[in-house]
Amino acid sequence: MNRIDQRFQSLKASGRAALVPYVTAGHPHPEFSVDILHAAVSAGADLVELGMPFSDVMADGPVIQNACARALEQGTGLDQVLETVREFRQSDDHTPLILMGYTNPIERRGSERFAREAAEAGVDGLLVVDCPADEAATLRDQLAANGVHQIFLVAPTTTDARLERTASLAGGFVYHVSIKGVTGAASLDVTGLSPMLKRIREHMDLPVAVGFGVSTPDQAGSVAALADAVVIGSALVKRLDACETKDETIATVTEFLAPVRQAMDNSRLTQSEKVATPT
Amino acid sequence: MAETADQIIRPEALPDPSGHFGVFGGRFVSETLMPALEELDQAWRTILKDADFLAELDRDLAHFVGRPSPLYLAENLTRDMGGARIVLKREDLNHTGAHKINNTVGQGLLARAMGKKRVIAETGAGQHGVASATVAARLGMDCVVYMGSEDVRRQAVNVYRMKLLGAEVVSVDSGSKTLKDALNEAMRDWVTNVDDTFYILGTVAGPHPYPAMVRDFNAVVGREARGQMMDEYGRLPDALVACVGGGSNAMGLFHPFIGDESVAMYGVEAAGRGLSGHEHAASLCAGRVGVLHGSRTYLLDDEAGQIRDTHSVSAGLDYPGVGPEHAWLKDSGRAEYVGVTDSEALEAFHALTRREGIMPALESAHAIAYGMKLASERPKDAIALVNLSGRGDKDIQTVADLEGIKF
Repeated sequence: MNRIDQRFQSLKASGRAALVPYVTAGHPHPEFSVDILHAAVSAGADLVELGMPFSDVMADGPVIQNACARALEQGTGLDQVLETVREFRQSDDHTPLILMGYTNPIERRGSERFAREAAEAGVDGLLVVDCPADEAATLRDQLAANGVHQIFLVAPTTTDARLERTASLAGGFVYHVSIKGVTGAASLDVTGLSPMLKRIREHMDLPVAVGFGVSTPDQAGSVAALADAVVIGSALVKRLDACETKDETIATVTEFLAPVRQAMDNSRLTQSEKVATPT
Repeated sequence: MAETADQIIRPEALPDPSGHFGVFGGRFVSETLMPALEELDQAWRTILKDADFLAELDRDLAHFVGRPSPLYLAENLTRDMGGARIVLKREDLNHTGAHKINNTVGQGLLARAMGKKRVIAETGAGQHGVASATVAARLGMDCVVYMGSEDVRRQAVNVYRMKLLGAEVVSVDSGSKTLKDALNEAMRDWVTNVDDTFYILGTVAGPHPYPAMVRDFNAVVGREARGQMMDEYGRLPDALVACVGGGSNAMGLFHPFIGDESVAMYGVEAAGRGLSGHEHAASLCAGRVGVLHGSRTYLLDDEAGQIRDTHSVSAGLDYPGVGPEHAWLKDSGRAEYVGVTDSEALEAFHALTRREGIMPALESAHAIAYGMKLASERPKDAIALVNLSGRGDKDIQTVADLEGIKF
């Protein structure tokens, strides 16, 4: 069974929402990446999302653009990304790991080869930002043949017909882009979230993660009350950008994620108390 | 020449309904943009059947742009080459100085029909930015133009032109600071402001429906040229020649001739400092198939699939991708793509200026260079129709700099 499915099963059983931090591979320094992933898990991450640097990150805001540019300057390509995953897996065989990136580097390597190598390295899911369901059939089958889920984005503007098409291909979980915009661009409006999650769940049974507009513990807490998972990327990557040493980087990961984790757990706790209290 | 709806709608033609030209094209964008592209596709298909819209487009093309643009027989150049006749399609005579306005007039009217109050555009040399700002000024829309900071520096006059027209010019500092990065940034704006904003993409690249829509708005060039050839020469040309960056002027000229098997088509890419290294922008001649800016096409990337920086003396051709329909025409063998270097283009710039009194844009000078070569190899009764896609006023500073002249 895929680690993502296992993880969401056990989270559901314990009534928790998943914390999913995103970091860009090779940022701020290639030698820090494996330790960043471990530190994220220690600080309470349930799944981790590792960005594959690309020269033209059309759907990303300035923070992740900058992180990708720095990672590329330091020589982080798909080889290094997969090596990071292999090293991470040497001492963590249970935390689900998702790669996030763009189509061209994957196709240049050969998508069938990439699917195989990613699975062998210990990758559980792949999110290709510029590959919507309409263009995904071949890649999805290649990933599925290797036991890797293709993760898809859905947006507030996604029509019912598109939700249906996405549902037919998606595995693991579905990633709801909570704002109109690029990564890290604006703050999420939690009030609109509830009806959208309801609409998504009418079309698919997969867990729903929410991201693109979550940057603070408070926001993460509000989202955790409604969604199955919270993705937090740019706010973390921005802090890592200022780190110079490995120790400083690791400490920053911990300091940033611990309060987020706590806010999410408190929010779920309050929610279950509310449910338990007779009215 | 009046356009009718029947001439514009080509239901038998590519792309297929999902925007593919064979394996090329498609929609490789984030899900956040897919609904907007579907809405645009629908709106575009609707207006193509709307007689009022098409009549207004025709009026604007005639009275605002100045169409039809003439065919011009370059007699001196023809004599110099000693072979086929060289006939120029004079898109340089359009309002704002290039073919770009054909597309922006069309997309501007479409934006208005869709109720959008704000338009955005990307630009390299500034021609598409100026053409977009021009249309926005006339339609009373807010206009934001994204331009790489390197191009802002090189094209200060065009930046000022856009500002005079009321546009805001945003300098883009990411990546290689040129056209491809401007396009990325325009996409980011669109995804953020998708409710009230129309993205006027400037070439036949990008996600569906842009390659087909921009082609159709520029195909007025080919339709006119076809009719003018029949009227003035009593026959079709033997060869079409047009420069290709993203490929909008070439696609506009080629498309109405695709079914005419006797007409050869040559797309001329920027070979920069030569195709052997990486200092060029010839994605069809020297690139590979990949995915960039929303479509599958030929592009220039490194071994790891990262997009390369490109080089051309002409900013309008300095782009690492190309429209997917050109990729299709190349692989199907219907069109041939060739490279012309910076120095060959400069020679042609001077030749046309001195021999015909017409100063071409450096982009168009690439087509002129190949047209001259082709003419020298073909018999005197043959005709090479070359798209003179823009005028050279904007390039005077660049040419002077290259030749070490200070004002």
